[in-house]
Amino acid sequence: MSVFKEFTKGLWQELPPFRLVLGLCPVLAVTKSATNGLGMGLAVIFVLTWSNILVSALRKVIPRKVRIASYIVIIATFVVIVEMATQAFFYPVYEALGIFIPLIVVNCVILGRAEAFASKNGVFASALDGLGIGTGFTISLVVLGGLRELVGAGTLFDVEIMSAVYRSHSFSFMLEAPGAFICLGVLLAIMNAVSAPSSS
Amino acid sequence: MKEIIRMIVVLSLISGVCALALSGFRAATAERIEDQILQNVQGPKVKLVLDKAENDIINDRKTISVNGEDVLLFIGKKGNEPWAIAYESTGGGFGGDIKVMVGYDIGNDTLTGIQIISHKETPGIGSKIAEDQFTKYFKGLATSTNFTTKPQGGEVDAISGATYSARGVCEAIRNSVEIYPQVKKQMQAQ
Repeated sequence: MSVFKEFTKGLWQELPPFRLVLGLCPVLAVTKSATNGLGMGLAVIFVLTWSNILVSALRKVIPRKVRIASYIVIIATFVVIVEMATQAFFYPVYEALGIFIPLIVVNCVILGRAEAFASKNGVFASALDGLGIGTGFTISLVVLGGLRELVGAGTLFDVEIMSAVYRSHSFSFMLEAPGAFICLGVLLAIMNAVSAPSSS
Repeated sequence: MKEIIRMIVVLSLISGVCALALSGFRAATAERIEDQILQNVQGPKVKLVLDKAENDIINDRKTISVNGEDVLLFIGKKGNEPWAIAYESTGGGFGGDIKVMVGYDIGNDTLTGIQIISHKETPGIGSKIAEDQFTKYFKGLATSTNFTTKPQGGEVDAISGATYSARGVCEAIRNSVEIYPQVKKQMQAQ
């Protein structure tokens, strides 16, 4: 039960972009479409889970004073593996995400989980924590990307949802950077309203 | 002292293992990545530049050396005879390097066309260089054409608002035309 909690807390309680408001740079930059959000999210799940596992397994070996450097090396390794893998097998995704794949290295969600959780907990719990937080991150990205794509381009996962008339006069503003901020703000507001109705 | 040594050893070991893992993975994927870049980045452009070729241009490529620099040469064939060649060159634009694929008809030394492979020009302004409106102009021009923009005394129409971008493309084409005789000679010698 308690192990299960390590997974589910990432889905709501500690949902990275909305609850912790961490790792916003890729959240805002790559969510022009639901597909991009999903690709980025899957990359983050992979890196987060494996870096959590390794950091947790090595937590008694790594001296405290060089722990951050060690974490960064481990995270960077997995990020480069993801980068090469997407380039070799999912080239269109690689082109769409571009510089934001290498930038996963400095995503504070990942370093944050290594420091706050994996360095203090067992391997299995850390793996679940990584999977959970990563899944929460992915869902957030897909929701944000889907919303922006739907309003901004009238499509969802590149499937045409809105009528042709809408698509030719869509709010392409939502695909630009300010649209990302507005969407994020609205989603944050909704989440706050849902989770804490009494405090307001 | 003991602690310092431990820190150094642990961090070095972690880095070493990671480096080993990465070089292994790199070796395993390098060939596929190169192939993907050819298929997705250069491939479609080469096919547009040498649109009359009947062979599989991407497979008929070779690397030659011109003035000590490697040039990746794509060869277009009609029937079994080499008819045209294409290779990439670079010019300096407004926002960074502009990479241009230039195709040549080796029979009469004219351009079969150009395509912009990558650029960092301003979206909506300088990015017009990548549109057909601009690139189609070069189709069929002789290699002896003065590839500079009209305001600079050449023959190429500049794009209003995108002076530097158009100049960058011209520079890339001039760089390409400059080595063309040597490339052609080497190709025919083989």
